Amino acid sequence: MIGLKDDETRLLPLMLAPAVSYIALLIGFPFVLSIAYSMTNISVGTTELKFVGLDNFISVVGSQTFWVALKNTCIITLVSQVFVVGLGNVLAGLLMADFTGKWWVRLLILLPWVAPISLGSIGWLWIFDSIYSVINWTARAIGLLGPFDWPIWLGQPDLAMASIIIVNVWRLLPLATVIILAGLSSIPQDIHDAAHVDGAGFWRHHFEITMPLVLPITLIAVLFGIVFTFTDMIVVFVLTRGGPYDTTQVLASWAFFTGIQGGDLAEGAAISLFLFPVLVAVAILFLGVARRTEVT
Amino acid sequence: MTGGLARTARRVGRFGLLAGFVGFLAFPFYWMLITTFKTTQDLHNTEYNPYLFHDPPTLEHLRTLFEDTIFLQWLWNTAFVGVLVVIITIVLAVPAGYSLARTTGRWGQTLGVGIFLTYLVPPTILFIPLARVIAWLGLQDSLWSLVLVYPSISVPFCTWLLMGFFKAVPRDLEEAAMLDGLSRLAAFVRVVVPVSIAGILTCVIFTFTLVFQEFVYGVTFITASTNYTVSVGVPTFLVRGDVYFWGSMMAACLIASLPIAVIYNLFVDRFVAGFTAGAVK
Repeated sequence: MIGLKDDETRLLPLMLAPAVSYIALLIGFPFVLSIAYSMTNISVGTTELKFVGLDNFISVVGSQTFWVALKNTCIITLVSQVFVVGLGNVLAGLLMADFTGKWWVRLLILLPWVAPISLGSIGWLWIFDSIYSVINWTARAIGLLGPFDWPIWLGQPDLAMASIIIVNVWRLLPLATVIILAGLSSIPQDIHDAAHVDGAGFWRHHFEITMPLVLPITLIAVLFGIVFTFTDMIVVFVLTRGGPYDTTQVLASWAFFTGIQGGDLAEGAAISLFLFPVLVAVAILFLGVARRTEVT
Repeated sequence: MTGGLARTARRVGRFGLLAGFVGFLAFPFYWMLITTFKTTQDLHNTEYNPYLFHDPPTLEHLRTLFEDTIFLQWLWNTAFVGVLVVIITIVLAVPAGYSLARTTGRWGQTLGVGIFLTYLVPPTILFIPLARVIAWLGLQDSLWSLVLVYPSISVPFCTWLLMGFFKAVPRDLEEAAMLDGLSRLAAFVRVVVPVSIAGILTCVIFTFTLVFQEFVYGVTFITASTNYTVSVGVPTFLVRGDVYFWGSMMAACLIASLPIAVIYNLFVDRFVAGFTAGAVK
């Protein structure tokens, strides 16, 4: 064997070390710090740090906003993911066909995912505007809204939640679509041909051949979708700032308003740590999927 | 033949569905485009059909954006941070990806997955402690805070992506070069890196796009408007109290979104390979 000198044994770890140290310093260390902060009284002005145990968590859980934010975070994540997976499967199926102008179609479809989400949300803010909403204008023009109906999208709690969900679906649908599309394209044509020869109809083919084969990859799309929606604060920050009256607050945005804008770092850290269990669950699932696909 | 008719019907149905999807996904950008060129009067008259131009198109909002706001400064800031973050990311991720690809046994794979999982730790968990770290370092309000922190998002993803790339490079290639007397490091730099340019370029694009998109750290660390990046500056600074400069805002959103979207589209298959963790070949 060539290269199995100490050159070999030392060089590879040495090449890995800078990246690993960087990750340890800028992800690992702040994460530990976050746990430490959540058990102190730290705020922007504190001079003396005091250990307070679980007081911050108790105060967070005792707050009504916490339960609203937790519920909202879960609803937004679940509902948007249901739509993203359903629509993503349909759209990916449509994109399997070859047609002229496909490159442009894909560009347009990808836009929401690539454009900065803060700017995309600003676009929606204008679309949902209380006075100039194009949705309302169009709905009235085609007769869906009566002359005196004028929903205030971001001003009524239910509609504001719906708006946030729409924007999340809009943003994550492109990613899910291209991931599922990659899964669809990786199915060998032989399998489709064999199913055809054996006389499987459209639905049978779809549910018994295609779906099981793209299931693992769909799961990966869902896992990313969950992570990106569950931990996101940008859509809420731009559209509603958590309002009206904290009814659309999510955990991440509430952590921001408490910890950064309110200066209560300890409580902010405690709030954002509630995001962690979901991430762990997702990571475990992710590993499971990765392992299974490795075996086959 | 009914078969032909059914096929045509299915074609039309597919086309309609696809048009619906494109409409939903691209509409906000179409709306940005229309809004950019409409006069404020036209925008603010609820009697008008919002899809049509009642006054002739105007360049006024673009003029305001470039002359009366510091939008250009934000673009420049974003590019500045972007270039530096790309350099840091490449310097860290390229050797790391190679190292993982060539580490034999289960260790390489396990470590690789471990690094990839750190990509899933979101800014919204880390921003509060990192804000303190930035304060200790005296980097508040400085673009350098972003240069320091952004690679924490790009390095895990790019290391993972490059690991896959380097695995596809046959070992024989380096071994032949080493037989010719090159050290392993030299073989890596002169032989492996040149054939992996596509993968490295993918990481460059991914990282640059990420700097354009990132919002949470930007809004946390930076308070001086002259140091904003585009994604932070437009939603926070172009809104003055209750006054929204819709024309200029929509122009800004469009200008900051379209170019990166075109570049991203060229590389999308490779990003997907990264996201799917090699589950698809």
